[in-house]
Amino acid sequence: MRISKAWIVAAKDMTIFLRKKYLIYSLVALPLIIGVGLPLVLHLVGAKKQALNGTALLSVMNAFSFFFGIGAAVLPIILASYSLVGEKIEKSLEPLLATPITDSELLLGKAFAAFIPPVCAIYISSIFFMGLSDLWTHNILGYSYFPNWNMGLILLAVVPLSALLSIGWSIIVSSRATDIRAAQLQSMLIVIPFFMIYVLTEIGTITLDTRTIGIIAGVILAADIILFFLSTKTFQREEILTKWT
Amino acid sequence: MITIENLTKKFGEVTAVDGLTFNVDEGEVFGFLGPNGAGKTTTIRMLCCLISKSGGDAAIGDYHIGRAADSLQIRKMIGLVPDNVGLYDDLTAFENLDFYGKLYEFPEGPRRENIERFLKMLDLWDRKDARAGSFSKGMKQKLALARALVHEPKILFMDEPTANLDPESAKTVRDFILEIKKQGRTIFLNTHNLDEAQRICDRIGIIKTKLLTIGTPAQLRESLTKPKTEIRLAQVNEPFIEALKKLVPNKIEVSENKLIIDVRDPDSENPNIIAAITKAGGQIREVTQNVPTLEDVYLQIVKEAK
Repeated sequence: MRISKAWIVAAKDMTIFLRKKYLIYSLVALPLIIGVGLPLVLHLVGAKKQALNGTALLSVMNAFSFFFGIGAAVLPIILASYSLVGEKIEKSLEPLLATPITDSELLLGKAFAAFIPPVCAIYISSIFFMGLSDLWTHNILGYSYFPNWNMGLILLAVVPLSALLSIGWSIIVSSRATDIRAAQLQSMLIVIPFFMIYVLTEIGTITLDTRTIGIIAGVILAADIILFFLSTKTFQREEILTKWT
Repeated sequence: MITIENLTKKFGEVTAVDGLTFNVDEGEVFGFLGPNGAGKTTTIRMLCCLISKSGGDAAIGDYHIGRAADSLQIRKMIGLVPDNVGLYDDLTAFENLDFYGKLYEFPEGPRRENIERFLKMLDLWDRKDARAGSFSKGMKQKLALARALVHEPKILFMDEPTANLDPESAKTVRDFILEIKKQGRTIFLNTHNLDEAQRICDRIGIIKTKLLTIGTPAQLRESLTKPKTEIRLAQVNEPFIEALKKLVPNKIEVSENKLIIDVRDPDSENPNIIAAITKAGGQIREVTQNVPTLEDVYLQIVKEAK
């Protein structure tokens, strides 16, 4: 497999993404909400000192940290579905597959294009999140909560693994879809388990400590491996040309 | 250049292509004719290593389509113009071609030169920075042709390149095909357009799942359809026809004041027919020799295959 070939496909896809306003808005809006909106909530709650004590605030901040996992699952769906179903709609897969590119190089290129922009956006928003959260909670906690091991594990393990999970799932869903919005909606089902984890954290059923985050990352990794095999089986040129279109 | 032997493709129980055997020589323009669903596109897809074969074999140069190691080499040698142009609407004309040139690992300098050359040949250079989505159908088709040639392929596969184009755009595309024919490229052309096939192709194969016939346009016309002599008269009536049939053994059809007569050798038979008509009392207004068209041949062969 030649990474250079995959990169040519990824660069082409990313050029197209940059020309689609709604994709740009999607890539900016959610990270902005997570990176700035959530710390703002902490600030507004923190301003009323009686609303949350230090322990409760830590619990909320921990739960909010998991939004980066959710964001990393949501954003690649938008791009991967557009990239794959878009090729179907433009009927560009046939000439593309007639070039000397292998199925795996094409799949890797699509994965790069759907992975890099969202993960970069998430990482940039995490800098804002941690900085603003520390700024607005320091007076209550008396110290800067971020960065910490929990956040590190979320950003370095959960975020990339969640993004890969979404991409694998999107490939499978997109193979059957003929409409970008329908593919995006169906692919969003993958986000439900992430929201369940967030809700369980908020109601105190689970505590998002390093061990729990490690377990979550392990489960996502296992799911990634399964979806990788399923998606590579789906993404084969004869299958694409005779069944996808 | 292209060798096909007993090539077969089945989709489940349905046989799309059944035992094709023929060759296409280097530098030849080969036309593939057939009704919808005859297996033309499936054949091109097999030859371009886009779908697998179910049986038989085909080779492009020294590479065989069924071998995984050969398929990348084949795809480097070929260019494809599919029936749907499949351009990226959000990329400019230049970016579309540049993307494909990069995939073929064509060096940047020659790649840019080729893009400029082909866009100029196809009158698209002025629109090189316009998005393909803003192009008309004819312009998109021309851009798809340029895309298939940007890496200088030895063989060009084209699947109905002039379908749904207005006459002017279709002519530009046909002229361009003739131009690249002069460069010695091998061209495999799927088409419904019989006039186009007759004008462009060196040889033609007619397919309806199986290969029904193959030959040069002239060979096909000569082998399958008898020439006819058309004679327009001042008046045609039953007694005249009866009298003529006694003098001329050929098959005669009557259409208003016109006689359509089957002949084997027009040069030797026409003078006798004209003499017989005059003898039977007919007043000749016009005599024309009908040369059978490829359309006559095509319709006859496809009808016989049903």
